Amino acid sequence: MRAIITVLGKDNKGIIYNVTKIVSAYSINILDISQTIMNNDIFAMIMLVDTSTMQGELRDMVDELNAYGESGGYSIHVQREDIFNAMHRI
Amino acid sequence: MRKIVHSDILETIQMVDDHHLDIRTITMGITLLDCVGDDIDTVCRKVYDKITTKAQNLVRCGEDIEMEFGIPIVNKRISVTPVSLLANPFSPEECVKLAITLDKAAKETGVNFLGGYSALVHKGYTKGDRALIASIPEALAVTERVCSSVNIGTTKAGINMDAVKQMGEIIKHIAERTKESAGFGCAKLVVFCNAPEDNPFMAGAFHGVGEPETVINVGVSGPGVVKYALEKVKGQDFGVVAETIKKTAFKVTRMGQLVAQEASRRLNTQFGIVDLSLAPTPAVGDSVATILEEMGLECCGTHGTTAALALLNDAVKKGGVMASSYVGGLSGAFIPVSEDAGMIAAVQKGVLTLDKLEAMTCVCSVGLDMIVVPGDTPAATISAIIADEAAIGMINQKTTAVRIIPAPGKQVGDMVEFGGLLGSGPVQPVHPQSSADFVARGGRIPAPIHSLRN
Repeated sequence: MRAIITVLGKDNKGIIYNVTKIVSAYSINILDISQTIMNNDIFAMIMLVDTSTMQGELRDMVDELNAYGESGGYSIHVQREDIFNAMHRI
Repeated sequence: MRKIVHSDILETIQMVDDHHLDIRTITMGITLLDCVGDDIDTVCRKVYDKITTKAQNLVRCGEDIEMEFGIPIVNKRISVTPVSLLANPFSPEECVKLAITLDKAAKETGVNFLGGYSALVHKGYTKGDRALIASIPEALAVTERVCSSVNIGTTKAGINMDAVKQMGEIIKHIAERTKESAGFGCAKLVVFCNAPEDNPFMAGAFHGVGEPETVINVGVSGPGVVKYALEKVKGQDFGVVAETIKKTAFKVTRMGQLVAQEASRRLNTQFGIVDLSLAPTPAVGDSVATILEEMGLECCGTHGTTAALALLNDAVKKGGVMASSYVGGLSGAFIPVSEDAGMIAAVQKGVLTLDKLEAMTCVCSVGLDMIVVPGDTPAATISAIIADEAAIGMINQKTTAVRIIPAPGKQVGDMVEFGGLLGSGPVQPVHPQSSADFVARGGRIPAPIHSLRN
């Protein structure tokens, strides 16, 4: 299964480091990563990951990412890639 | 495979986070036809076992999908075979036992509503129909999650005016029986004309006799998303408006289709339909009324509202139908007054009246929904309101419904709080002139000429 992890929020140090740390702790392979600053200070990172080698529960990782997001004021989403394919392609 | 564009990803996230996009309901239909019997306790045991076995993983499955896709699935629900089909050997008191059993099964499986405490009497009553309908006030008063519906007319059969008369009285009884909660029981009863057999939405969901053993039907939502899309085409002509709504409805429905397929695969259940509906919630920004206002109306209910709703309803279907392999249920825009902040405001301003709402039901998917009227409204007046709605459905070959709450002790202008998704309703005036002699005639209104299509 492939999933998209999105991090949105105010730019700050260490966001990519902290998110990838959590993701790699679950043995998830990062396939693609891109990061940009929108409207001068909105940090947006979009990461495509492969969860087929995942160890542990997806639910736990989502909880951990959300906890990190809340502590730093970011909104973090983990969503299966299928949902974007379904909504934006015929 | 082409990479997903970042703007598409961010658009989806914005739809969910800011514009209330969600899957409104995953509803599992379960047949109870194999639970028939003439001993009430045996039937209750069979019904409970069947529902709790078939739907044991429903809520968990919904939560898993919600987590994996990052799309809220607001409700997980169950619909069952119209219970009147099991009720032939039983008295109304025994039917209430069945309702209590359904309520227990709903609680055990964790669903928030279970629909199908229903009877189909468009052409006449069976013994079971009579027992079940007589038991509805008690059943809705003593249960929490059971929803009831009665179909009193179809285009093919005409309108059963005896049933119309009786349903006015039943609604009054329910209101009286649940007067501590301002007649809340009435919010769990829908009176239909042309009731669909695969509707996933409450309170009118039931599992029709033409349906398979079990089935998954999904209802999508998204008034907020449509409103936001229209904000970006301000002042442009109706061709652009329709096109914008279609594109938005397509995306929303594709999401519903994906969730429906995933849920039916995991639950090992046939995928039934996606219901292409715009279902509002009391949350600000999740209102069908504000979509109509975005099209250029100062207030929902003013002249032009029916045309705006007609365009909206049609464009939602056109956009949605290509996005889903099977479409069904009610499919269209809902206009439940108490569940839509914009409608509530329009009623309070005196712009949106019962008569205008009736006109709007000619061009949208359901009918007079979640309307609160004064507690002293006569049963015959409620019956006449039902008859009017049923006539619209019968002649136009569409579903219409009435979910009306004569709130005991409440007057025009009062607000009645239902809480949760059911919201709060302003008490609306009804015409004081009597319809009693009309309703008292009874009998059947014959099917219209255009029902003869063979």
